Amino acid sequence: MSILQAAKRFFPSMAGLPAGVRYGRPIRGGIHPPYGKDLAADVHTEEMPLPARVVIPMVQHTGAPAKPAVAIGAVVRKGQKIGEAQGAVSAPVHASISGKVTAIGNFLHPSGREIPSIVIESDGTDEWAEEIAPPVEPEGLGPAALRTIIAEAGIVGMGGAAFPTAVKLNPPAEKKIDTLVVNGAECEPYLTSDHRLMAEHSVEIVDGVRFLKQVLGVGRVVIGIEDNKPGAIRAMAAAARNLDGSEVVALETKYPQGGEKQVIKAVLDREVPSGGLPMDVGVVVQNVGTAYAVHEAVRHGHPLVRRIVTVTGPGIAAPKNLWARIGTPIKDLIAAAGGFKGEPGRVIMGGPMMGSAVYTLHVPVVKGSGGVLVLHRSDTVTEEYRSCIRCASCVNACPMGLMPNFLSVSAEALNFDEGKKYHPYDCIECGCCDYVCPSRRPIAQHIRFIKTELRKKAEKAKAKAA
Amino acid sequence: MAETTPPSTEKKTDAPEPRLVVTAWPHIRTPESTPRIMFSVVAALIPATLVGLYFFGSNAAWTLLWSVGSALGTEWLIRRTRGEKDTLGDGSAAVTGLLLGLTMPPSSPWWLSAIGGAFAIGIGKQVYGGLGYNIFNPALISRVFLLIAFPVEMTTWPIVAPPFPGLDVVTGATPLGQLQVGRLTGKGLGEAADVSLGAAFVGSIGGSLGETSALALLIGAGYLFAKRILTWHIPITMLLSAVLFALVFWLIDPHRYAGPLFHLLTGGLLIGAFFMATDMVTSPTTPRGQIVFGIGCGVITMVIRTWGGYPEGVSFAIVIMNAFSPMIERYTRPRRYGEVRT
Repeated sequence: MSILQAAKRFFPSMAGLPAGVRYGRPIRGGIHPPYGKDLAADVHTEEMPLPARVVIPMVQHTGAPAKPAVAIGAVVRKGQKIGEAQGAVSAPVHASISGKVTAIGNFLHPSGREIPSIVIESDGTDEWAEEIAPPVEPEGLGPAALRTIIAEAGIVGMGGAAFPTAVKLNPPAEKKIDTLVVNGAECEPYLTSDHRLMAEHSVEIVDGVRFLKQVLGVGRVVIGIEDNKPGAIRAMAAAARNLDGSEVVALETKYPQGGEKQVIKAVLDREVPSGGLPMDVGVVVQNVGTAYAVHEAVRHGHPLVRRIVTVTGPGIAAPKNLWARIGTPIKDLIAAAGGFKGEPGRVIMGGPMMGSAVYTLHVPVVKGSGGVLVLHRSDTVTEEYRSCIRCASCVNACPMGLMPNFLSVSAEALNFDEGKKYHPYDCIECGCCDYVCPSRRPIAQHIRFIKTELRKKAEKAKAKAA
Repeated sequence: MAETTPPSTEKKTDAPEPRLVVTAWPHIRTPESTPRIMFSVVAALIPATLVGLYFFGSNAAWTLLWSVGSALGTEWLIRRTRGEKDTLGDGSAAVTGLLLGLTMPPSSPWWLSAIGGAFAIGIGKQVYGGLGYNIFNPALISRVFLLIAFPVEMTTWPIVAPPFPGLDVVTGATPLGQLQVGRLTGKGLGEAADVSLGAAFVGSIGGSLGETSALALLIGAGYLFAKRILTWHIPITMLLSAVLFALVFWLIDPHRYAGPLFHLLTGGLLIGAFFMATDMVTSPTTPRGQIVFGIGCGVITMVIRTWGGYPEGVSFAIVIMNAFSPMIERYTRPRRYGEVRT
């Protein structure tokens, strides 16, 4: 932590924060990559033109895929459920435009896999389905009723992990939840979708937070926002004044400040035990985008059919924050942002740290897509990696206090049992170790490799024992 | 599934898609790289090298040329004969050769430097598998080998005769050598009492080629600190522990033991603390481990200087602590987030 950061922490007014906003605790490790947020941070959101065609994957969440609930040829309207949730951890999927189902099959997903998806060709009407109606007196609804609305609206964690929100809001009875943490850190470089949402829709977000608070029955709400978004902090602090028990906490701008475990540590000084979940320390974390989606669902009856996507990067002509319908191919988004500037090198769904590079512009926007980032070839390094010189950069950068150097070397030697001694399961795959490595080693991939191999091995042993 | 339509072939009228690079996350990386680190270290050693060349003249130039040339040649030859990728470009062999040359007596015979360079790279590094795998600092393990195998050549110090008005001409023995003679003959500090600390700061004293000028070494170290290649953990703890050690004994008997400044400015303590002990490959990667390592280097150096059979102990101290690096690392792992102690 720099001296300046320490000073800001103890004298929040020095940092120009509104009254009542305090600074969070410093987190361990982390990095300061070039943020690139200025490209789109001040660009007001705009509604994208209605797409001619959307591809809606049945997997946009963690858990079991949804099951198509319509047939080819069916006429659907915006908000109509087209995929049913399957099993305990799953989420339904809704038509994001009105039109006709023209195909159901495997289509490319931002993850790089082919996923069962429903294709809808627009009829240009964009009308809500008849069944869309806001609930009466939502303030009077109990937790179970609210959870049902949230589940039926297909809401998942909008920060990227896309865990079904209703499931997260239903912790086992023995886990006493006392605090709701609302994550508005948005630490991924370049992305500004949460920033714009907070700056433009703070009242709606806080309304959604009120319902989340109602579901969990907690008295305390802490909203964490990185201090590179003073406008968002001001807007949220003003809106949060109308919500009892809530406060806004400014966070040091540092990647991965918005990691779930990091944000909990920063705002509450609690640590999720290794192998545990936030609920083990009485916390549920929800992203600001999720809170907004909850507001839309509970207040207006709208299921999750659109989100803000930041289309940005040095390879984009006019970076924008776009309200895009779920299922819109990213080529439409890029066109709406003025197209490419120069020759694109990498197109990334999400941010540059944890996003995934795609090889075609036909992949659709899904519920967890916060951004489409276009980098030039010269913005990224692709070179052969060298041996580890034990410079300790990764040890210092690891926000989890791991020793990525040893994990990387043991993965390289295919010595997974050795790798296990260095706690690969604690790795949050933030990629800080890769970022700082002067030998360009793919450390985060090495760690994921160890995890995968150890899991395979455990399954094999289990199968043998059975 | 009723129908499978790969999207990329569906609309033939679409503009051709751009050719995109697809790699795993993260998609951005620091511009810092291993070669940049190595060549920064070379750059940081330029002041010390220039001072050495100034005070010791063409002899020093030949010593450096032979040690660097031999290190580079050995690296190239071994990689080539083993059919492995050439690694001269990573800069590590150049650093090793330069560091070795800077710790040699300035008038070493050419073959001594050549053997040193070859030993450092061959036995000190490539035997272990090359950069990153060696246990001992290659330059220092080679220096220790030369010191034991060629004790006469490795301890013959030329007379410093700078064409530099105002600075004293210093005689053949190094200050630490004078101190040892004084100790062994029971004469207390002996001639070491007359060593000018000002001369030691500038570098006009006897000693290894690049170790004599505290000023030049501090300039280079400052550069590496500014570039964040050095952190305080190893060099500061090493220097501080050596200085404290010296201070205690000096307070006990200032006529028998040299003072902390004398120890700080003479011999290889500064070059060792900033450029040798901090070798990334052979020091611990854990912050707390680096502190333990630094203290160990400082204390062992002073033990050898105070009671040892050699006048100087920096090389031995660092090489000994190199051997402990893996063990230190094991016991000083950082605290993990959410670590559950059982």
